[in-house]
Amino acid sequence: MHVWINGDQRELGAGASVLDALAELGAPSSGVAVAVDGEVVPRAGWADTRLADGARIEVLTAVQGG
Amino acid sequence: MIGEPVTRSDVDGDVLVIGGRKIPSRLIMGTGGAANLEILERALVASGTSLTTVAMRRIDAATGTGVLDLLRRLGIEVLPNTAGCRTAAEAVLTARLAREALETDLVKLEVVADERTLLPDPIELLDAAEQLVDDGFTVLPYTNDDPVLARKLEQAGCAAVMPLGSPIGTGLGIRNPHNIEMIVAAASVPVVLDAGIGTASEAALAMELGCDAVLLATAVTRAGDPERMAHAMRLAVEAGRAARGAGRIPRRYWAQASSPDPDAG
Repeated sequence: MHVWINGDQRELGAGASVLDALAELGAPSSGVAVAVDGEVVPRAGWADTRLADGARIEVLTAVQGG
Repeated sequence: MIGEPVTRSDVDGDVLVIGGRKIPSRLIMGTGGAANLEILERALVASGTSLTTVAMRRIDAATGTGVLDLLRRLGIEVLPNTAGCRTAAEAVLTARLAREALETDLVKLEVVADERTLLPDPIELLDAAEQLVDDGFTVLPYTNDDPVLARKLEQAGCAAVMPLGSPIGTGLGIRNPHNIEMIVAAASVPVVLDAGIGTASEAALAMELGCDAVLLATAVTRAGDPERMAHAMRLAVEAGRAARGAGRIPRRYWAQASSPDPDAG
């Protein structure tokens, strides 16, 4: 299935979780947060939250600013 | 360290407390604008800061979590901001992501109206502040130098108010000192002068006007020598705070001799 991770289209296996999306991106597991379709997914739910085809996943971290 | 219990002696001993947290340094730093992390590190150390802002953005494999690792190594508390948000909804989502990523309930709430001025949108700002306070955040709103808006933000439950001296990154200093004084006079939460500082005298002025702290980034990170300017800002904030506490002389219209009158006696 196709999903959007940080604006880029990616291919993930059917039934992939948020954790699979993070692995696809190569993101570290600490210091990041995830939103799927505009809703925050708490860390504790990453493994069990299944992604739907076309889901929009945002993976954010802290950068220099402010 | 931030997070230790607040005691009566802290209140008497002039320790800044925001939302129940002790903030050892009254100079809150930003990390934006530094050419690289080495320069930023030297500036942060020279500033003596204990609380420093970061922005939330899509993770980039090249930069990773570098700024976060730096702040943790220096023992500086992270203050995530909602920079770049234009609406209350965007700011609330960004704050929630920051809380999740950084494990802090602190947020510098920033909701700006347009890119040209970067001035806060007061209506969206107040809406976001109310939602985030309800959601358990310790909200530090970046606000206009408007005493009425500052009062409404305090009434909404914000832990501090952070009026601008002038627009972000302009270095124009404090354009309306009287408004800042009015905000200080009315506030029962800490007032942090946030944005517009260009040089050390302006940071000192903010403290002399009665602000509890100063938040700045560009004035240091884009200075010719960021480390030296960070040191200057540290001294300025301390000097301004001391002068405020000392009680300045009243302004007089005519001269008043400070030496004895030679004809006297």
